Amino acid sequence: MADPMRIRAQASADKTTVRVLMAHEMETGQRKDAAGKVIPAWYIQQVHAKLNGKDVLSAQWGPAVAKNPFLQFMIKGAKAGDKVSVSWVDNRGDTRTDEALVT
Amino acid sequence: MTRILWACAAAAIAASSGAIWAQQKSSADGIAEYRAMLADGNPAELFEAKGEALWKTRRGPKNSSLEACDLGKGPGVVKGAFVELPRYFADTGRVQDLESRLLSCSETLQGISAAETAATPFGRGEQSNMEALVAYISAASNGMRFNLPQRNPEERKMFELGKRAFFYRAGSHDFACASCHGEAGKRIRLQDLPELTKNPGDGVGFAAWPAYRVSSGELWSMQRRLNDCYRQQRFPYPGYASDVTIALGVYMGVNAKGAASVAPSIKR
Amino acid sequence: MKQAQHPLLYAAVAVIVSIAGCAAPAPAVDYDAALQQMMKSSFRDQGIAKVDRLQQDEADAACSKALGGPLPEPTRVAIEAANSKTVRMPSDGQFIGDWKLGEQLAQNGRGMTWTDASTAPSSNGGNCYNCHQITKAEISYGTIGPSLYQYGKLRGVTDPASPASKAIVEYTWGKLWNAKATNACSGMPRFGHNKLLDETQLKNLMALLLDPKSPVNQ
Repeated sequence: MADPMRIRAQASADKTTVRVLMAHEMETGQRKDAAGKVIPAWYIQQVHAKLNGKDVLSAQWGPAVAKNPFLQFMIKGAKAGDKVSVSWVDNRGDTRTDEALVT
Repeated sequence: MTRILWACAAAAIAASSGAIWAQQKSSADGIAEYRAMLADGNPAELFEAKGEALWKTRRGPKNSSLEACDLGKGPGVVKGAFVELPRYFADTGRVQDLESRLLSCSETLQGISAAETAATPFGRGEQSNMEALVAYISAASNGMRFNLPQRNPEERKMFELGKRAFFYRAGSHDFACASCHGEAGKRIRLQDLPELTKNPGDGVGFAAWPAYRVSSGELWSMQRRLNDCYRQQRFPYPGYASDVTIALGVYMGVNAKGAASVAPSIKR
Repeated sequence: MKQAQHPLLYAAVAVIVSIAGCAAPAPAVDYDAALQQMMKSSFRDQGIAKVDRLQQDEADAACSKALGGPLPEPTRVAIEAANSKTVRMPSDGQFIGDWKLGEQLAQNGRGMTWTDASTAPSSNGGNCYNCHQITKAEISYGTIGPSLYQYGKLRGVTDPASPASKAIVEYTWGKLWNAKATNACSGMPRFGHNKLLDETQLKNLMALLLDPKSPVNQ
């Protein structure tokens, strides 16, 4: 099971800014190890965010996204106490979901 | 990764014409902008979270947490400890920096061998746990100002030894720490170098480590930073948490008195 | 015996002495010895970087002791004289190589660290751009050393082989071979003296600096 994401969701007037830090190697599949063998690709392919269970964002990522990716996005119509959840699925089929409350 | 960064910066600048002075300014500005963008969402936070869990988790042959560890401000006191290290500890009878103190606490409280951890390469096994703990403990002092104690004669002695180590020229290239960090306003290639014989200011030099290194996706503690300094100075290998590394920490930390720590920060 | 008879006086004196002791200097520490001991016990061999690299020659020892300050004049003179003696001119009398190879070498910062495989000069770069501006095109340059842009041109070298240029050519070679010959505590590595670069590599750097066709002199 991967390390937890860090999620912060701050409401300001009508806009809530969500910042997510994901722990993931995001291996491109282009690198070689010291022995010359290709290090297999291992990266997040899909990201979904929900507000109180309703989809608000979906993203398709590839190997160009850096290790330990940082994602920031805005949601409209959220208020303090609402629940934001973020999930990712990687090319190995591993997945992780974390939640945070809007402050 | 670094090479790609330089190539991109160079390509961006090559598109503009002008005198060398103007090119200098815009390439330095470009890099400063990149750094500012990186600062939001510092992956060091992932390490902090792991470190907090490690501090509170029972581990090792003695099945104990680190919560009784005295980092200088009393057992279990984490906030404010980072900006007073290195300092003298009566129970070990020596001046210790954060990593050295974590080694002795892990051994005494948890039964985890300090020698084995010190011999483990950076980023692996117990060393990756050390990185996380260093991130967590330094984060608890983020924004606070360095105030290393110099009351104990051992602390003052380590300051003097650290100063002499800082200026110690040797190796195939006759480099000392001072070769790069002995003057203000210098840089290697496009990397600015803080002057460490004085207080270089808030969040700079001693006040900027540990840090997340974007180019390698790793959390570098001060021990790791010193290790790589000595490698590039063409010196032999400094022992992990050896006396020379602690003495240098005292010298830099005392010189940085009053500077605000931004650790754990983010670097190229 | 006297102390037993005057316990109060003794206690008072002890208190005064201990207060004075806080302000008075601690027993003198032999920092030189303590430093040597600390350096010896803190380092180990790793790869090609062995602990014998901690041994300092007179120049390194004197410049270290100065703690960033100036050397006493007689020491400075003696160090420069000793290092001058080590400068060996090229075996075939030819000083100028290929500036294109010199530029590649100047860009290369590798060599002699514990992650490098060999101490052979062929494995080493000149490290030059780390500290110096050299060509105009390369904007990624350091400022630890002075700018070398237009090095030959500024010194009026139109033909490095001419008698008029001999002094500058030999001075430049001397700088590359052993910078401490002309500046006792120079921050520049001693490329010839410490066998970091071989004659051919040094000639290529000479060309980068002095060849009128080099981009440095455009």
